[in-house]
Amino acid sequence: MARITASVYTSHVPAIGAAIDLGKTNEPYWRPVFAGYEFSKQWLRENKPDVIFLVFNDHATAFSLDLIPTFAIGTAAEFQPADEGWGPRPVPKVIGHPALAAHIAQSVIQQDFDLTIVNRMDVDHGLTVPLSLMCGQPQAWPCPVIPFAVNVVQYPVPSGARCFALGQAIRRAVESYDEPLNVQIWGTGGMSHQLQGPRAGLINAEWDKAFLDRLIADPKGLSTAPHIDYVREAGSEGIELVMWLIARGAMADVAGGPAPKVVHRFYHVPASNTAVGHLILENAR
Amino acid sequence: MSLDKPYLDVPGTTIFDAEQSRKGYWLNQFCMSLMKAENRARFKANERAYLDEWGMSEDQKQAVLARDLNRCIALGGNIYFLAKIGATDGRSFQQMAGSMTGMTEDEYRQMMVSGGRSIQGNRYVGEEGDAQAHRQPQGAAGQKKEA
Repeated sequence: MARITASVYTSHVPAIGAAIDLGKTNEPYWRPVFAGYEFSKQWLRENKPDVIFLVFNDHATAFSLDLIPTFAIGTAAEFQPADEGWGPRPVPKVIGHPALAAHIAQSVIQQDFDLTIVNRMDVDHGLTVPLSLMCGQPQAWPCPVIPFAVNVVQYPVPSGARCFALGQAIRRAVESYDEPLNVQIWGTGGMSHQLQGPRAGLINAEWDKAFLDRLIADPKGLSTAPHIDYVREAGSEGIELVMWLIARGAMADVAGGPAPKVVHRFYHVPASNTAVGHLILENAR
Repeated sequence: MSLDKPYLDVPGTTIFDAEQSRKGYWLNQFCMSLMKAENRARFKANERAYLDEWGMSEDQKQAVLARDLNRCIALGGNIYFLAKIGATDGRSFQQMAGSMTGMTEDEYRQMMVSGGRSIQGNRYVGEEGDAQAHRQPQGAAGQKKEA
């Protein structure tokens, strides 16, 4: 059977993608950000999965106000990097895993999560920046990726508790797949940031660090935090952090297994308007 | 029974909920159209004429023409959509975010490099933080106002 071996959590700031694409990673402003991912790139080379299930949000790119799915799973064979208005990022196209994605879609819907199934979707920085941070600038991404888009643009976004339960459903879906695939689940977005209004630029490092602590040690308790806590404490766009609870819910300890191993933790302020947080958790082998 | 909106007392912050989305539908869809190069060119050639093709209110059109992002947001715009206008103008997210604070680009960038805006006094309307209505605009522009 397939199994989830690890989860990765990271911010997905667009300016990080631009810094990579424009060769600025060694500039003094950016060097500390990318230093935090040096371990992670090595770790991913040594722990290359067969498939990455990548939880992200679209930023008015693939989904306008025409259509606002709360949870959308990409089941296509491939996904093109989107033109978000500055031209498409010069990164490889994303190869999907239609068989596993379709299996997960069916299983998760049967577990009462009403997913939207997407067979055509360009993927924006929310998906490609985490890949760049973890993989650098390869000719091709190291493995197939299943994009899983969450609406965090139009309020109300799904609750933390709903996301945490969805992660558990995704784990069960993966484990019911016959082929023995090594699957990683990544949760992206956050940490504290606000991009609008007179409160733009908000950073709350204390809250962010407590979020990381609780995500590791008490994800169930963390999942009960209401939206308003994220908005008030971590900024209007900090609410993206609910997506991390999907990845965390898919880890073995939530289903009674052993606690995951924290193999990497990183936090840095700022990247553009945003606090960068990053964790790698491994399930026991 | 009315909807629960616990986010209305967060200073300097507009949550893009269903009501805002309904108000801003055409404004945001106009922004979306700027994802296409040919539309960006047409908009740049004659902004007013291009805006008149959309079912936006006059207030919304004026806010776009003035690049007043706070006003755009009050009228139903969402920052991820409004960012398409910024992209058309060749502006970064940081420049756009900074423009809503009244700070200069340098002032805003310096605030971020120094750890960002503090949460102190900025959780609830009526506190004393720098995002509160009575402390706008921020930065040198605000000091000039007080002088």
